[in-house]
Amino acid sequence: MGSNSSNMNHIPDGQQLLQDTGFSAAQIIRLYERFEFLDKDNTGHLRPEDLETVPDLDMNPIGARIIGAFFPPGKETLDFGSFVRILAHFLPADSNRTRAGAQQEPANSTTGKLRFAFQLYDQDRDGKISRDELLQVLRSMLGLQVTEEQLQCIAERAIQEADADKDDAISFDEFRKSLEKVDIDHKMSIRFLR
Amino acid sequence: MDLHFFRRAGGLLLVFTLLSLLHGSRGEVPTRPISAVTILPPVKPDDGPQAFPNADKANLPVFTMDYPRIQIPFEITLWVLLASFAKIGFHVYHKITIWVPESCLLISIGLIVGGIMFSVHEEPPAVLSSNVFFLYMLPPIVLWFAVVGTLWNSIGIGMSLFAICQIEAFGVQDINLQENLLFATIISAVDPVAVLSVFEDVSVNEQLYIVVFGECLFNDAVTVVLYNMFNFVAEMPVVEPVDVFLGVARFFVVGLGGMGFGVLFGFVAAFTTRFTSRVREIEPLFIFMYSYLAYLVAELFAISSIMAIVTCALTMKYYVEENVSQRSCTTIRHVVKMLGSISETLIFFFLGVVTITTEHEWNWGYILFTLLFAFIWRGLGVLVLTQIINPFRTIPFNMKDQFGLAYGGLRGAISFALVFTLPDNIGRKQLFVTATIAIILFTVFLQGISIRPLIEYINVRRTNRNLDTINVEVHCRLMEHTIAGIEDLCGQWSHFYWKDKFMKFNNRILRRILIRDNRAESSIVALYKKLELQNAMEILDTVTGDISAAPSIVSLYRGNKFKAADLKNMHDILSKNMYKIRQRTVAFTGKHALPNDSQTKEILIRRHASIRRSLRPGSFQTTVVPKSHKYFSLPAGKSLDSKFPPGRLSYTDDQETMSEVAYPSSRSRFQQPARSSSRAMMPLRRLDTLQEAPSVDTLNENTGRTERGMSRTKSSSSDSRVPAPRRHLPPSIDNEGSSVDNLRNGQHEVEEEEQPSSPPPAWVAEPRDNAAQNPLLRRPQWNPKKM
Repeated sequence: MGSNSSNMNHIPDGQQLLQDTGFSAAQIIRLYERFEFLDKDNTGHLRPEDLETVPDLDMNPIGARIIGAFFPPGKETLDFGSFVRILAHFLPADSNRTRAGAQQEPANSTTGKLRFAFQLYDQDRDGKISRDELLQVLRSMLGLQVTEEQLQCIAERAIQEADADKDDAISFDEFRKSLEKVDIDHKMSIRFLR
Repeated sequence: MDLHFFRRAGGLLLVFTLLSLLHGSRGEVPTRPISAVTILPPVKPDDGPQAFPNADKANLPVFTMDYPRIQIPFEITLWVLLASFAKIGFHVYHKITIWVPESCLLISIGLIVGGIMFSVHEEPPAVLSSNVFFLYMLPPIVLWFAVVGTLWNSIGIGMSLFAICQIEAFGVQDINLQENLLFATIISAVDPVAVLSVFEDVSVNEQLYIVVFGECLFNDAVTVVLYNMFNFVAEMPVVEPVDVFLGVARFFVVGLGGMGFGVLFGFVAAFTTRFTSRVREIEPLFIFMYSYLAYLVAELFAISSIMAIVTCALTMKYYVEENVSQRSCTTIRHVVKMLGSISETLIFFFLGVVTITTEHEWNWGYILFTLLFAFIWRGLGVLVLTQIINPFRTIPFNMKDQFGLAYGGLRGAISFALVFTLPDNIGRKQLFVTATIAIILFTVFLQGISIRPLIEYINVRRTNRNLDTINVEVHCRLMEHTIAGIEDLCGQWSHFYWKDKFMKFNNRILRRILIRDNRAESSIVALYKKLELQNAMEILDTVTGDISAAPSIVSLYRGNKFKAADLKNMHDILSKNMYKIRQRTVAFTGKHALPNDSQTKEILIRRHASIRRSLRPGSFQTTVVPKSHKYFSLPAGKSLDSKFPPGRLSYTDDQETMSEVAYPSSRSRFQQPARSSSRAMMPLRRLDTLQEAPSVDTLNENTGRTERGMSRTKSSSSDSRVPAPRRHLPPSIDNEGSSVDNLRNGQHEVEEEEQPSSPPPAWVAEPRDNAAQNPLLRRPQWNPKKM
């Protein structure tokens, strides 16, 4: 495939995206095809409903949150550039190519990935994962198997383990510290097809 | 570590061949009787016809010695002991084992002993007939794998891909004859066990570890298969393409057949253990017997028995572990470890011995070239194969990984075993033997000793296995879901997809059939329970050692007459609860115990403090459910499957500051001292008299924390949890019918506490924990860890 899109010209911001993210041209083209596929009414923008049509995503315990990650508060539509930039978080970190004007912290660095995961928890964007937010995530991931009390206990313990400054919430730094021994790069990377 | 099983499997194969060899050199013990006395059939005498009480006037011997009678087991035992002593000796000086792999040391000792024996012209021991050894000793060692941790999850498609591809590395020296091929097969069998222990020590990254591990695993089977094939072929005068094709077909039959049989037997074993809840004592027997059966049946059909037993063990590990009791698990684990350790020791030991005592045929050119080619081809093979599979991997193998992989190609037991079973019609058999031994010694000593500094020097990507925290588990789970979601979004799938599919199939069908108690337990919850129990046990240890707390706690119960039945029940409760802990969250299980992380200690301390606080006399009436409630997610009298202890007391007075609240809901709203067990009641009553119990109110280390805890939990309590406690009450009522088990809904228990009939609710919830605790405290000698 990719016969008609072998050039990046008709992809909005194509060149810019090449530079900013770590994707290769072939990957961007393929993502653009996917974007067009999802964009059923061809407006050039995606809405949350479009994303919800992806099968299996609604069966994903945190599917709604993932979709929400693409639509920061206030934004109802998603253009291709933002789509790609968010997906860039999932590039393997060592596929970083030096790009001119690369921002200081590329999206697919470990910190970038961690921040993405952090924001999946932190829906109200206050920079901390409160107990409630943690509970919500736990509930959605485990909800059917465990009781509310068990969830409470687990959340309690999680906060206890991670909370260094005793503010009863997990800040980003605490989050990062608790995961410092985990190979984030391996866990939060996707091999994007060409 | 885990792989030892495998090494030992090969080792036993080795030993068996070894013994068959030694038989040849010495004469066979079992046949001795034939040569000896003629008339008397089953005797093994070599000293004449004395076993038959004749009519001649020999007096009844008062003291006799009949060495041949016990010779075989005696010698075996002695050799095992000797090797084990050697093993003890190594560890006396700990530093040795860091730098020199154990296999080296064992070989060295064997060399020494062999030298001694050689100099006194002794024969190496022909301990058992090869059949016996082969049939009896080989399989159990492989069982070690059954108790390996969660590796089976990770050994996915990637592994088998690599293993099947590995075949190209065989047939290394296509130089002329089939014999060369045969020899090449023999020495291509890598035995990287020493490497694996180094990898484990250095905490090398998981991918590399798994690949080496799996390679070793399947490599042996592949080698044996190939060996047999080439053996067969070597005796044929002419090789046609058809034969080659048949050979390949046979390879697949053998390999896949082995795996198939293994899985089949694993399933049967799992199904059997589903019904063994009443006959717990023989559960280990089932495990061993089924594995053994798998092995034998595979032997029957001449398919790869090693693969059969290994896959059987893998399968069993997953399903059976959920069916059998904790004790059975422990038993199995330890037995297998022990057997594995024995055979590992013996194998390398014998390697050393035999090295000295066989005749060698040395050929500089051949042997040196063999060494050279072995290195070259391994390096090339690794290079090529990683190039092939790297595009399929999210995180490709980098050069350092590949180096580790290539350099880790030590030869070992399998080669040794195989070379001795070469048929004698191969002209240069002795040369092959010598060459093999040379290679083994060379790789084991040189590479084995040097790989550790090298790996550290080139700084292979590490992993960290100390991931036993809830945070990590939860976040990793979140990340998995995220990746799955993003992949769906992008319209592509990777191994997550297949894994997901398999897990669904597993949960829906397989688990229902094979596991008795079918509820799938989330690994997060399992980890939580495990951590809680660890905390609990550590608390017990510290409490009993803590002078300030111990006396007071003990005094609380001093003079109490616990009914024996109650105590027994408490013990049962605890053991049942510990029984349910799944081990799935353990990553690599090393030779040594689980490491303790300091974080546990910290949590422990906090909880300890809150236990103490909750023990204060004043807190009886008014304390809220102490935080300790949370530790043991074990409702007394129920199994872990039931929900958390329903006894949630919420005493909403100022005394709350005393202890932390576990359940915000019940705390503020409901005071339902629902206890699920009347046994729990016993200590409660006692505690009434404990008002005067001194100084439990010792350390209020974390008052600040608890206060915060209070407010925090209060604020987050919600109505949604109200129904939850209620749910538990009916069952608990059914359980006891204890008078003290009053349901109080929505009433302040303050007034009710005064009622004598109601045991101070403070203890209600506590007992579940304290009930668990109390007998333990009273009997400090009962160490849960000994379970």
